[in-house]
Amino acid sequence: MTALPKKLYFFYRDGFRSMVVGKTLWKIIAIKLFIMFAVLKLFFFPNHLARNFNTEQERAGHVLENITRPASAR
Amino acid sequence: MAGARHFAATTHKEDIVEDQLLTTVDWARAQFALTAMYHWIFVPLTLGLSFLIAFFESIYVKTGNEEWKKLTKFWMTLFGINFAIGVATGIILEFQFGTNWSNYSWMVGDIFGAPLAIEGIFAFFIEATFFAVMFFGWHRVSKGFHLFSTWMVAIGSNLSAVWILVANGWMQFPIGMNFNPDTARFEMQNFWEVALSPVAVHKFTHTTSSAFLLAALFVVGISALFLLQERHQKMAKRSMVVAAVFGFIASIFVAFTGDEAAFSVAQRQPMKLAAMEGLYVGQEKAPIIAMGIINSSKKPGDDLPAFYQEVKIPGLLSLLANRDPNSFVPGINDLVFGNAERNIIGAEQRMVTGKIALAELARYKYAKDTGDDGESAAALAIFDQHKGDLGYGYLNNPAEAAPPVATTFYSFHIMVVLGTLFPVIFLLVLYFAYKGTLEYQRWLNLACFFSIFLGYVAQQAGWVVAEVGRQPWAIQGLLPVGMASTNIAASNVQTTFFMFLTLFTALLIAEIRIIMKQIKIGPEA
Repeated sequence: MTALPKKLYFFYRDGFRSMVVGKTLWKIIAIKLFIMFAVLKLFFFPNHLARNFNTEQERAGHVLENITRPASAR
Repeated sequence: MAGARHFAATTHKEDIVEDQLLTTVDWARAQFALTAMYHWIFVPLTLGLSFLIAFFESIYVKTGNEEWKKLTKFWMTLFGINFAIGVATGIILEFQFGTNWSNYSWMVGDIFGAPLAIEGIFAFFIEATFFAVMFFGWHRVSKGFHLFSTWMVAIGSNLSAVWILVANGWMQFPIGMNFNPDTARFEMQNFWEVALSPVAVHKFTHTTSSAFLLAALFVVGISALFLLQERHQKMAKRSMVVAAVFGFIASIFVAFTGDEAAFSVAQRQPMKLAAMEGLYVGQEKAPIIAMGIINSSKKPGDDLPAFYQEVKIPGLLSLLANRDPNSFVPGINDLVFGNAERNIIGAEQRMVTGKIALAELARYKYAKDTGDDGESAAALAIFDQHKGDLGYGYLNNPAEAAPPVATTFYSFHIMVVLGTLFPVIFLLVLYFAYKGTLEYQRWLNLACFFSIFLGYVAQQAGWVVAEVGRQPWAIQGLLPVGMASTNIAASNVQTTFFMFLTLFTALLIAEIRIIMKQIKIGPEA
């Protein structure tokens, strides 16, 4: 390891090791990010247009179809 | 005219399924509001407290007094807790765009893509570098570099708020773009017009200054709690003085930027201003309602009184709206039904134009699909003449152009009343600190502590004014909320609404518990 990356590595390593409240906070962040990305995003928040249409043209056509019809006909 | 006929033929079905559609849209709106409101519990404290910490640390570096260092580290810990709990809560809003608001998301992608990407990159680099130095670098970097990092976190956090507010400002005042009927997208024509839109500038200055005010209330309030508990009194008084000076200056700035924002609203969203003041009939020397009980049964165009009781200050609304106390301020009725005498085109007339734009857009699409170039060119020419009122074409009744008046009115007045109370609290703190009797003012310390809660109420009320007041529009005048949404089952949105409610409530409880634990430990930790 060269000097600067080594220094940076130890800077972050020692910083994380010396945390007190931070350890609890990192656990909360990890759980939160897991719930958000591995559960919510994956299973409950698909991108409607990306999932249902293959090309940009199809997506544009679908949106145009939606906005040129009244709500009841969508 | 096949597309236009298709559009006209299907309108009669609307009433049948309106309730069903409203359910989906309403749940999506409730979910977005819930997420945004929870997100805004964490963000303003981050924006404001970062600057207060920079002030505290600057005093430490200048004086070399270790007590200021201890004080800085204490507030930095609370800042870290708030930041950690709140980080990434805003990403959930972006999840919702793709799922619940796919039409909107697609249509604004070209406008929002750049600002939101800049925000993400900017925030990442600030957080990964200076944030780490701020928390890990106390004994590892020089005092000067540590202070520089703390200031960079404060400046960087606030600058990263610019872009999301630019995006919000564009929705309230869409400029610097053109609607492309082939891609169904609003395409950016002028980046600087979008980035430096007066609405975006006012949003940024008012939002950040109000965040400074909230953070000052937080520091003053927690310090007041220490005084009430007769703990860490020296640290508490020092914190209170710095925070009260910062809070008082921020309060003045909030008032100034709020006035500028209201002036901007009067010029660009007159309906919102009319709802903020419950003004149905436009008038010269229009009054501000200092206090009032609004008649929630009142509808545009009827003869019911707007208020059950009110206290007016004549001419003040005219002054606020046009910088002239004798000027005319349009009311909701003028903006819904028009006012020929004042040359105001109402929603009723705009609906006619909007429906032509919509029909021509449908005709254009049909002609393009069938390869009829002549027909598509003709449709596009008419569409271009009428597209400014496109959104009005979706309304079924001109009264739909008015936002919920009672919610907007009360939120605005709660925000203003609290915004007037806070500088008084800061001045009292400074007065008794100067007299050297701050710790004996139990009533004031109690008021300071409860003002933390009131600060959050004012923050949320401000956003309710901004967002409820611009209804029915997702994009002002161009796209109503109902058309912005995805046609998905209401039950899907309901499920995720309650999931978010649970997740965010758990996060909020965690934040309060961890912060209270740290306060109990105090600055010795």
